[in-house]
Amino acid sequence: MSDMYGKGILKGLGVSLKRFAETYLDDLVWLGRRYNNDKGIAHRSSKEGRGIFTVQYPEEKIPVPEEFRFVPFLVYDEGANGEKTLRCTSCGICAKVCPPQCIWIVRSTDPATGRPIPDPAQFYIDADICMNCGLCAEFCPFDAIKMDHDYELASFKRSVYDEAGLSKSAGYYSAIRPVNAKREDAARAAKAASRTVRVE
Amino acid sequence: MNTPAPVQSLDLEARFPGAVHPDTRPGYSGWMVENAALLEFATALRDEFGYDYLSSVTAVDYLPDGKMEVVYQVYKTTGGSGVIFKVQVPRVDPIEVPSLVPLYPGAELQEREAWDLFGIKFTGHPDLRRIFMWEGFAGHPMRKDWQEPYFEEEGKPFKSRWPDGKLVMAESKNLYADNIAYPQGFNPASQIFEPEKALYDALRVYQKEEVGLDTDHIIINMGPQHPSTHGVFRVAVMLDGEKIINLKPVMGYLHRNHEKIGERNTYIMNMPYTDRLDYLASMSNNFGYALAVEKLMNVKPTERADYIRVLMAEMTRISNHLFLIGSLLNDLGAYFTPMLYALEERELILDIFEAVSGSRMMCNYFRFGGVARDLPEGVLQKIKDLFFERFPRKIEEIDRFLSENEIIRSRGIGQGVLTAEDAIKYSAAGPFLRASGIPYDVRRAEPYSIYDRFEFDVVVRSNGDIYDRLMVRFDEIRQSIRIIQQAVKGLPEGPIMALKPMYQVRVPPGEAYGRVEGPKGELGFYVISNGKPNPWRYHVRAPSFINLTAFGPMCVGQKVADLVGVLGSIDIVLGEVDR
Amino acid sequence: MESNELNSPEYEIPPELKAQVAITSLDKIYNWGRSASVWPLMFGLACCAIEMICAAASRYDIARFGMEIMRPSPRQSDLMIVSGTVTKKMIPVIVRLYNQMPEPKYVLSMGACASGGGPFKEGYNVVSGVDKFIPVDVYVPGCPPTPQALLNGLMKVQEKIRGEPIKTARWYKKGPDLAEIPVPMLGPDLIDPRKITLIQNGDKN
Repeated sequence: MSDMYGKGILKGLGVSLKRFAETYLDDLVWLGRRYNNDKGIAHRSSKEGRGIFTVQYPEEKIPVPEEFRFVPFLVYDEGANGEKTLRCTSCGICAKVCPPQCIWIVRSTDPATGRPIPDPAQFYIDADICMNCGLCAEFCPFDAIKMDHDYELASFKRSVYDEAGLSKSAGYYSAIRPVNAKREDAARAAKAASRTVRVE
Repeated sequence: MNTPAPVQSLDLEARFPGAVHPDTRPGYSGWMVENAALLEFATALRDEFGYDYLSSVTAVDYLPDGKMEVVYQVYKTTGGSGVIFKVQVPRVDPIEVPSLVPLYPGAELQEREAWDLFGIKFTGHPDLRRIFMWEGFAGHPMRKDWQEPYFEEEGKPFKSRWPDGKLVMAESKNLYADNIAYPQGFNPASQIFEPEKALYDALRVYQKEEVGLDTDHIIINMGPQHPSTHGVFRVAVMLDGEKIINLKPVMGYLHRNHEKIGERNTYIMNMPYTDRLDYLASMSNNFGYALAVEKLMNVKPTERADYIRVLMAEMTRISNHLFLIGSLLNDLGAYFTPMLYALEERELILDIFEAVSGSRMMCNYFRFGGVARDLPEGVLQKIKDLFFERFPRKIEEIDRFLSENEIIRSRGIGQGVLTAEDAIKYSAAGPFLRASGIPYDVRRAEPYSIYDRFEFDVVVRSNGDIYDRLMVRFDEIRQSIRIIQQAVKGLPEGPIMALKPMYQVRVPPGEAYGRVEGPKGELGFYVISNGKPNPWRYHVRAPSFINLTAFGPMCVGQKVADLVGVLGSIDIVLGEVDR
Repeated sequence: MESNELNSPEYEIPPELKAQVAITSLDKIYNWGRSASVWPLMFGLACCAIEMICAAASRYDIARFGMEIMRPSPRQSDLMIVSGTVTKKMIPVIVRLYNQMPEPKYVLSMGACASGGGPFKEGYNVVSGVDKFIPVDVYVPGCPPTPQALLNGLMKVQEKIRGEPIKTARWYKKGPDLAEIPVPMLGPDLIDPRKITLIQNGDKN
């Protein structure tokens, strides 16, 4: 028996058969509730997952983890009257740290005095150069530029994003990165509180 | 061998009076050798002092001093830190240095790279042609006075991006709307371009055995677009019927100028670029680069960061070997099924990478002094689930599926043999070397990070054929699972960065070579700093590239159908070969 | 009107409806067949190729879209997914492959490197975007785009295919529209034959 030629192939076929059987067994165990819901998707990506591994995009989407980074976006705070203020002060650190140098910033100047205003006049990111590294978001001191989760960006044209196309609200940011947003909001509140204390 | 050999102080200056003296530049180490005494020195190192393994040959352009320097690193296969020695020649064309190929055949491809990128002629090299660029290309691109067509400034960050950074696409600044530049007075209609002539001439140089009928020999090109060449890699083969007589690998189809861009980048900017070298094992590349710069900065990472680094490096090793098992079986003919089994497990590892660093493949996770982010909630539990329960079971299943299969055994055992002495001569590294019987693993030979705290075996097989290379990788996966289990149990609490996060890193002048045991072999980063924010020289010792030196001699005499299996078992990835 | 009056041969179809009534449903069937069985060319250049292989593997399964038949030969494929950095040494090969693909053919530029040079745009051996030489239909940004992003891009290609009426199909016309793209040459730098006069007058500018 140990020297039978073909035993190795039969062993391999046995493994294939086992997986084939497991596929349908798992479906039966879950009684058809294995697809198109979050619990089913999570089960398929966990250590107990046996059977069909496929997650059927676009009907089922694997949720991206919080740290996921795709193209950057600029964060604006919404005021009481719905006015949008960008947090960006055009300090230029993101443009300086970007490895392929795909960020172009023109800092605004006060037309009366000619001195710089902490606001970007123009802000362009060429998404066809961006390498999604996240260094701009990591080193921004004002929590103004963050990495987005939206990956459905296929288009019929090249992608160069301007300030309008890049701006998204702080509420959106807290929705996609709750843990990070809470920690950063607490840090900014603490810094603002310590500044007011010092003034007094 | 399990412990490294003790470091002995070599008195090479006394042995070669007048020709050798220590390198006394601040921050540098090693020996400076006179050009005329190079061959004698190298022979003595190899034969008398026992340094039989040539690890890396590279060149540096010191334009302000008017010198070109060639840097060599040699090691002993019994372990320990090696010897680094350099040759300096004046930077006046023609620049000539004796070639080390007669002594260490593994220097062949690396010397061709130095000729291509720097213009250094190695006298005595059997086949000195360009390797990354094509024959006829104007200039030697890595020289400091050669500027690429989209050149803006010597070093990043560019002033044209802020505060007055109007959006200007690089194409609009070039006459041809692409990064192309021609020499003065160039008229394309006046010449015929033959970039392939030198390759075919070199291919026709081989031992002719005229026995029997007078037959003709065919040249076949495999690639660069081929279903099984692991990327854009081309092999030009000279055949006699089905037997291979001569073989020349042609690379450079993915030459992305990593080293030139590396010299323009700042130190922190190079980290995401290292991800793209060996794109299947990005955390390993980050590790090597972080080690090299930390040596220059004289910074040690925190303890928790060290444990996290080891965890990530070993998971990367498993994910790489899974991909290799899948693609090697694809090359051997078992179309896509083993690939699907292996990729399923790899997807679970990539989920962990995505949760920790933000991206499945281009992780950009390591920083100088630690790692970028701490492990989020729930990831440690996920790692424990996978590596204590699922992976040991699944690896046994894949092993059972494949390793006794009669077809794999007959296509693998005895084919593509690389003997132990040949493996050392051709500077093979990693599992490729260990499958031929040499137990050299950088994690044991010169332990870096905290690898000396973990118990694991160095995996070795003795035959050096395709089957052994496949089995070595299964065994390495098992050892990696062992290391991960120990690291998870011993993970301490604490900070993850030894320094404050800063984007302008101050690196003191000097040179450093940081090497790790990557999944494909010894991956080394040679960084030279002159105190500025950008490195002066940044070179990658790429294991896939150097392992290809053995590819030609290994395949001569085999049938052309085995060529694909041999190439698959060497495990190359083009991002690393071409950089 | 009664149906037998509509269907009789003497009924005059108004001219503005003539082109649309019969062709539209034929378009739908024709395009449904084409979009549900696009065969990609197995053409992986760099890191994006690994994500393409993952998209073809069991978790993201492009076989559900009819695309699992990745043909290594350009003569048998419809879609060229340019996945990875396009270098000057490789572009003559890419253009030759594109010329060998039979019509109707599409190009999907996957990743930042193929769309616009990517992070390596400043390199001396890198072509900043494959659309400098061959026409691209869909761009998928990302470095690398996750397999779900690639599937989104493939769905956009299908959307484009479904919107093409036969009357304006490029491959049923005659004429210079279908001329082959001339293969670039490798001299002191890359030479695009379409720009030869520009090069000859180059240093006079």
